[in-house]
Amino acid sequence: MYPARFHYEAPSTVDEVLQLLAMYQGEAKVMSGGMSLIPLMKLRFASPSCVIDVNNIAGLDYMDESGGRLRIGALVRNRTLVRSEVLRARYPLMSSLAPQVADPLVRARGTLVGSLCHADPQGDWGAAMLAMGGEVVARSTAGERTIPVRDLLLGPFQTSLRPDEFAVEARVPGPSGEPFGMYYKLERKVGDFATVGVAVFLDRNGGSITKAGIALTGVGSTNIKCVDAEQALLSGGLTDAGIDAAARLAAEAAKPQTDQRGSAEYKRHLVRTFVVRALQTATGREPIDIRQRRFERVASLV
Amino acid sequence: MEVRQISVTINDETRLVEVEPRMLCVHMIREVVGLTGTHLGCDTTSCGACTVLLDGVPVKSCTLLAVQTDGHELTTVEGLGWPSELHPVQEGFKEEHGLQCGFCTPGMMLTVTALLEDNPDPTEDEIRWAISGNLCRCTGYQNIVKAVQWAAKKMAAERTSVSA
Repeated sequence: MYPARFHYEAPSTVDEVLQLLAMYQGEAKVMSGGMSLIPLMKLRFASPSCVIDVNNIAGLDYMDESGGRLRIGALVRNRTLVRSEVLRARYPLMSSLAPQVADPLVRARGTLVGSLCHADPQGDWGAAMLAMGGEVVARSTAGERTIPVRDLLLGPFQTSLRPDEFAVEARVPGPSGEPFGMYYKLERKVGDFATVGVAVFLDRNGGSITKAGIALTGVGSTNIKCVDAEQALLSGGLTDAGIDAAARLAAEAAKPQTDQRGSAEYKRHLVRTFVVRALQTATGREPIDIRQRRFERVASLV
Repeated sequence: MEVRQISVTINDETRLVEVEPRMLCVHMIREVVGLTGTHLGCDTTSCGACTVLLDGVPVKSCTLLAVQTDGHELTTVEGLGWPSELHPVQEGFKEEHGLQCGFCTPGMMLTVTALLEDNPDPTEDEIRWAISGNLCRCTGYQNIVKAVQWAAKKMAAERTSVSA
């Protein structure tokens, strides 16, 4: 399958990207990993006049933790995130999620920022960003703005990025206390999109929860942030009642549809089950389950 | 029609190739350069039959534009070895019957070669994890795992004999 014809640009600076985007007025697409854009173009679901390949821009593959936040450049690939010591030490939700994105070959190219901009309702990173309160930094010839991922993801493949904007960076707040995070993903086979994905994030100080984040993948028109479930955790804590309420409210927040991956009822049930499992692991009373442990065992290699 | 001239090093040989921007890397390798060891399977980023090494990292060449390889290095199965001089990974697949129809094999071997570069002594879990982006419908993977273990052992022995 060949994409439709397009003009190809591979600039070496961010400024050139911004000028091209301004010039093409919505007819150009930025390509980083290309793991979603190229398949879409092959299927002719997308046929931009111009593809702006940003892979030749030096210095966009940075990860920098300073000033209480982690900055992730637009060219940081999933493969790098899987292997990142910083994530393993301080961003457990991201380090749990990274090895579950697609497969090793796709992770070698695909990027976190690209995934967010693609806004696939089954994209995994959106859930982590919603749970942790992540942001995206967007630049255009008119200037720069920071968009909370909550406001970025509008619907299936729709974001609040303007056509002339280039998302150069994602940001996540650093933990202030003892962080906990886990991403549960059910997939039919390795590399499949999520049947259901559940991201759970906690920041704790002493015994109390200072931040709680729960967000979902694959059960709505975009990733869903479960605000009520988060509130239930903040007020109820990791008690049996608190966990039960959070799981129930997260399942209620899901808007699953019946499809080839399962019935709506099944998916809603999975949300509830995964929230319970993650939170029970957070209490330390339940051991981490065998499938998650396998990710930990092999994650350093892929 | 927009045509770009790119310079790409394939199996240590640098070539000037003319490609349309929409040409996929796998088509350049097979149809322009004529190296047909790289297979095109699903054409949808799922199966990994088209795996090649891009600067040493395994990627799916059906989901990469040929023009993106300008200034980069590709390794295809032809760059691994030849019948008279097989790469240990190729020998392993032969010795342990790591293939049946052979369609996934070139991609599988390139993924495995990169794995063994990174991790010369992988566990079975690590092997299965590393090849999880390459589908095989014949072997049930069992003999592929054995082939990788065979190759790891052979390469370890070669390293020892070189250093001795």
